Amino acid sequence: MYAQMVKSTGKGVKSREEMTEEERHFQDRVDADEKIEPKDWMPEGYRKTLIRQIAQHAHSEVVGQLPEGNWITRAPTLERKAILLAKVQDEAGHGLYLYCAAETLGISRDELTEKLLDGSMKYSSIFNYPTLNWADIGAVGWLVDGAAIMNQVPLQRTSYGPYSRAMIRICKEESFHQRQGYDIMMKMAKGTPEQKRMAQDAMNRFWYPALMMFGPSDKDSVHSAQSMAWKIKINTNDELRQKFVDQTVPQAEYLGLTIPDPDLKWNEETGHYDFSEPDWSEFYEVLKGNGPCNTERLEARRKAWDDGAWVRDGLMAHAEKRAARRTAAE
Amino acid sequence: MDTALFEFCLRMGDNTLVLGHRVSEWCGHAPVLEEDIALANTALDLIGQTQFWLGLAGEVEGKGRDADTLAFRRDAWDFRSVLLVEQPNGDFGQTMMRQFLFDAWQSLMLDRLKDSSDVRVKAIAEKASKEVAYHLDRSRDTVVGLGDGTAESHSRMQAALDKLYPYVGELFGADEIDAEIAERGIAPLPADLRGAYDALIADIMAEATLTIPDSRWTHTGGRDGTRHSEHLGHMLTEMQWLQRAYPDARW
Repeated sequence: MYAQMVKSTGKGVKSREEMTEEERHFQDRVDADEKIEPKDWMPEGYRKTLIRQIAQHAHSEVVGQLPEGNWITRAPTLERKAILLAKVQDEAGHGLYLYCAAETLGISRDELTEKLLDGSMKYSSIFNYPTLNWADIGAVGWLVDGAAIMNQVPLQRTSYGPYSRAMIRICKEESFHQRQGYDIMMKMAKGTPEQKRMAQDAMNRFWYPALMMFGPSDKDSVHSAQSMAWKIKINTNDELRQKFVDQTVPQAEYLGLTIPDPDLKWNEETGHYDFSEPDWSEFYEVLKGNGPCNTERLEARRKAWDDGAWVRDGLMAHAEKRAARRTAAE
Repeated sequence: MDTALFEFCLRMGDNTLVLGHRVSEWCGHAPVLEEDIALANTALDLIGQTQFWLGLAGEVEGKGRDADTLAFRRDAWDFRSVLLVEQPNGDFGQTMMRQFLFDAWQSLMLDRLKDSSDVRVKAIAEKASKEVAYHLDRSRDTVVGLGDGTAESHSRMQAALDKLYPYVGELFGADEIDAEIAERGIAPLPADLRGAYDALIADIMAEATLTIPDSRWTHTGGRDGTRHSEHLGHMLTEMQWLQRAYPDARW
């Protein structure tokens, strides 16, 4: 999942006494793990929060094509090129399912696209980092998709039916992406001295941005509490980050790569790794638009949209002409 | 070595490699998400076909070069791609016009290769022709839709056709290699496909309300490697950089 700091109502979770009868009935259904479907009654805050969350995820899939697309034309073998093309194609497909899920909540894909392009909706901070060597493509699969999966797996059980079903499909493909990312890293880490250097360089640059993907600690956040009550968020950011670190450290050791955190160590008592927090001031700067690639990423998407306007208009005009000709013929 | 068959495989495989590269340059920049998916899918098919054709070329050559070595370690003069596929993407209309002009030829060629006397060629054609049937459906619909769309989309598509049509004739070129390959029943003479090609193009352009240029004059030099476009060298600079900078690496 690529949603960070999704705002909810901001008012905290209502007690049962404060709820209207409709709200109580809705909450009972969520508590009983029933799926909420598009035509069911839902609180306005639930609908708005879900739109923000699903759209942020969809936008991330779309913008996420860019850092990987950066290496398609320079992939080292035909097979790697084909795998990367298939992966980027999957990501565009994920964007499509997610926009469809968001559309069931009463907003169009074009409206969501406009909000991405005017900066009023965000995409994951991770895609504002550059891919500078071939091992970055491995690191994106292994660390970035790995972090995304941590969040997406529990979301398969989310309360909103269309979102849950999109997640189930997406998870199947993401775990394949993560495996192919790790496979690239294996080749690099066991390769020539230059390849090892590329792998370590990728690790150094992607480790903290990957940790930031989960968002800052939200254990006291009113937004998170409401989202968790509605089951559109299943775990806290800290729980997921810890799980990611615990899973990733042994994999890095197997590769012979050093995680760029001198304080990282196994904690016998907790049964987890202790690790350093990323630099959250950097995270907030990236969200504000000051990451290394924010400008290029948004410019690329705006250019694609603007340059494509004549294509969308042309195909629409043709479809209308055809429909008119068909009516005239009848 | 069977030079004629080797050259024939390069001609097939270099076309798909170069066009696959061009199409992949669109990744993340298409006019709508469905087109991003379709373009990536087309590029993926073309790269897959390249693995088959260049793999067979390496096998025929028998000097230990595999598909990757042929793709990433030859210089431009050893490429056998037609100039049409080397042309830059331009706008989306130009990309789809190039795709249609190529798909129409490739589908006719593969259809005939399904009866090839060489079982390996036949097997590749059987697999690839299914993919190419889909490519042709899509590029044809897009050319028709944009040709018969708005005034702007029409004029852009006409400009794309005017620009690219002078590269079409090279697909039907004929030299001793073509003659030998046809003689051995491996593939038809390219010129034999021209009639069906012209009929298909004429149909679709009429539906798209586009005018095919009168002149059949054509640029040549790609499929025999005598004079490629300047574009190819730049493409290879990007495509082959990693393999040449780190020749000992395994990826």
